[in-house]
Amino acid sequence: MQRLKPVDVVIAGGGWVGLAMAKEIAGRTPLSVVVLERGPARRLKDYAAGMDEVDYVLRYRMMQNLAEETATHRHSAGQSAVPIRQYGSFNPGTGVGGAGEHWQGLAYRFLPDQFRLATVLREKHGRAKLPAELAVEDWAVTYEELEPFYWRAEQMMGVGGKAGNLRGQIVDGGNPFEGPRSHEYPNPPHKQTYLVNLFTKAARELGYHPFPSPAATLSQTYRNPDGITRSGCAYCGYCVRYGCMIGAKAQPTNTLLPLLVKRKNFTLRTGCSVRRVVHRDGRAQSVTYVDEVGAEVEQPARVVILASWTLNNSRLLMLSRIGDPYDPSTGKGTLGRNLTHQVGAATPIFLDRPLNGFMGAGGLGITLADFDGDFGLDPSFGILRGGHIRIASGGEAPISSFGRIPPGETEATWGSAWKKAALKWWDRSASITSEAEHLAYRQNYIDLDPNYTDKFGDPLARLTLDWTDHERRQAVMAEKVQETLAKAMGARAGKPARRVGTHYSVVEYQSSHVSGGATAGTSPETSVVNPWMQHWRMPNLWVIGASAFPQNSSGNPTMTILAMAYRAADALVDRYLKHPGALA
Amino acid sequence: MRRREFLELPTKSMGGVLLYTLAQAQQTVRVPLRFFTTAEARVVAAACERIFPSDESGPGATEAGVVIYIDRQLAGPYGRDKYRYTKGPWVDSSPEHGYQGKATPKEIYREGIRLLGDLPALPEAEQDARLRAIEKTAFFQMLRRHTLEGMFCDPLHGGNAGMIGWQLIGYPGPRMSYREEIDQNPGEAWRRKPVSLADMVGHLVAGQEEEKD
Repeated sequence: MQRLKPVDVVIAGGGWVGLAMAKEIAGRTPLSVVVLERGPARRLKDYAAGMDEVDYVLRYRMMQNLAEETATHRHSAGQSAVPIRQYGSFNPGTGVGGAGEHWQGLAYRFLPDQFRLATVLREKHGRAKLPAELAVEDWAVTYEELEPFYWRAEQMMGVGGKAGNLRGQIVDGGNPFEGPRSHEYPNPPHKQTYLVNLFTKAARELGYHPFPSPAATLSQTYRNPDGITRSGCAYCGYCVRYGCMIGAKAQPTNTLLPLLVKRKNFTLRTGCSVRRVVHRDGRAQSVTYVDEVGAEVEQPARVVILASWTLNNSRLLMLSRIGDPYDPSTGKGTLGRNLTHQVGAATPIFLDRPLNGFMGAGGLGITLADFDGDFGLDPSFGILRGGHIRIASGGEAPISSFGRIPPGETEATWGSAWKKAALKWWDRSASITSEAEHLAYRQNYIDLDPNYTDKFGDPLARLTLDWTDHERRQAVMAEKVQETLAKAMGARAGKPARRVGTHYSVVEYQSSHVSGGATAGTSPETSVVNPWMQHWRMPNLWVIGASAFPQNSSGNPTMTILAMAYRAADALVDRYLKHPGALA
Repeated sequence: MRRREFLELPTKSMGGVLLYTLAQAQQTVRVPLRFFTTAEARVVAAACERIFPSDESGPGATEAGVVIYIDRQLAGPYGRDKYRYTKGPWVDSSPEHGYQGKATPKEIYREGIRLLGDLPALPEAEQDARLRAIEKTAFFQMLRRHTLEGMFCDPLHGGNAGMIGWQLIGYPGPRMSYREEIDQNPGEAWRRKPVSLADMVGHLVAGQEEEKD
């Protein structure tokens, strides 16, 4: 093994979190910062030549190569798991920028009460009425503590939207259910399409409060506080699962990397897969990795930051034997607990008129929070928490969007009659979707698989995860609202594409918002990292990402992840570096 | 190295552009095959044509060259499962875990084609019956999916010849900008003669199927 010269900070993962941490540290201190990214470099010119549905949407060209590394899944602890052999329920990214390159650009904040969920549920229902296996916890931070960091992330990206709560004042046209914002969004909302206007009108008539989905796809040319200027979105439709060819969608490579490459104290190494954190006497010493030519390398550092994708943060800790693995039978151990995903529901809708659905942007759409969090819960469903309802003009691709046919037209799925019906309905269908909170349960967790390994022979992460009746009822309630909205739009509703079936499925795409495993908390008895994302047992090891979520909320998580990263970066730069040790 | 196999196609059936420019010339083109044998390609082409037929509602799989698309995909990294997790142990599992089989797309096709026998020789109704009999198989599901892909992919992948599939549905192809159009024409179809990715970026783009090991 080649042992390199020590550096000050080494970061595993070059996505949103890794590059945001690198930018804060390398930009504000003279410390040497090395980022290790397992995937390739990304260039803007590749993205224009990448407007191809087959390679990018259907063959997942920007995602992790599952042949090299995947995860395994089982529904309950008694079963043996099988590998997720092909893409389905979630899409981990790879390459510089990570999933932040091919994300949808939906830039929600979480609701204030989602940060104190255990308390909220206990106060409302009483401990005795809650399911015994519920493992929901209050977050280590409050919405109020995160607000300035949300604002920093929104400015960095140039998020467009309409505030619904400005310093406590409810503003018409925004989300009246959101937490107070210190500022209006940096940019106005996107232009809206015929489809989303129909949805907005229907939602208003039903008495709901639709608001423009906050979008990190720029609604106009924007210069951020770092002096980075990007042009407004062109609505080309090649957005989700693609990198943006004009840089309008905020991506780590167009917001953070351009600043970092100018810094002499910053080094990015691509094609480098981190395998272990080496530690001794409660201190991380180095990371070991395999570089792009297959050589084994050790990089010593004073500070180690794990900023890889959710599951990998936990897996790296497990492989490095840092912390006590969680045991669901005893409830002891903290590493791997509180694995959550999100509760998706989607109802296809069919309209009389063409939509030009191929135009759009990932962030172009309308959301309602009337059924989010604790709001608008229909008591007949007996559920504890709800979710967003939304519609998007995200840019329909011709292969994926062909073949949607309303019920009652034809039973065929191929041949002349099917073709005729599919042609008639192409560009006249869309989907009303929902993502609800996924509560944490004692039985859902991550550990290492005893049977399956990655390309290096290291055990894969094993997900033990299944739906409970609560999630199934959440989905049914969302579908009911979706159907009501479809009718009010004058559309025909199709059979809901049920994502939450009898059991958790790795086959249908759900969202890439897997979370938990290395949760942040206020006690080392119940969490892996402290409120500043510092490992409880190893003060020079920081573990940052959705891995820190104690349970998942309803919106897309990127802004919350970045807000937590910025807060961690401030603590690291302003406090830890002056007095290295556990922060309190 | 195996003997080169070709598929002969009448030019008048191949794609919109050829159709318009060479309509009079009753010529054939010999397309070199990368994976299928000529006989296999004929079976797959016949099956794709029943899945997405050329009929009174417009052109189908034959005109789009769907079989060429599938041949290239199978010969490339996708066909040999370069991007699928293929380590054992191999065990059967519940439907929620998706396809857990060992066979690669190449192998699934080779086996599936055998089941179809001499499909092109049968009358259409019997072809349909034979396909209906295997509707639930992994092979048929894959064939159906690939037929759609070959109909509506960018022509760089060998299907959607002459962008005939995009013309059929009114898809304008990849374009730089809809800034002026995005909030206009409410409820009215905005349709343009399609452009391909190569047209847009000004050079040929190689698909993942061209990737070498």
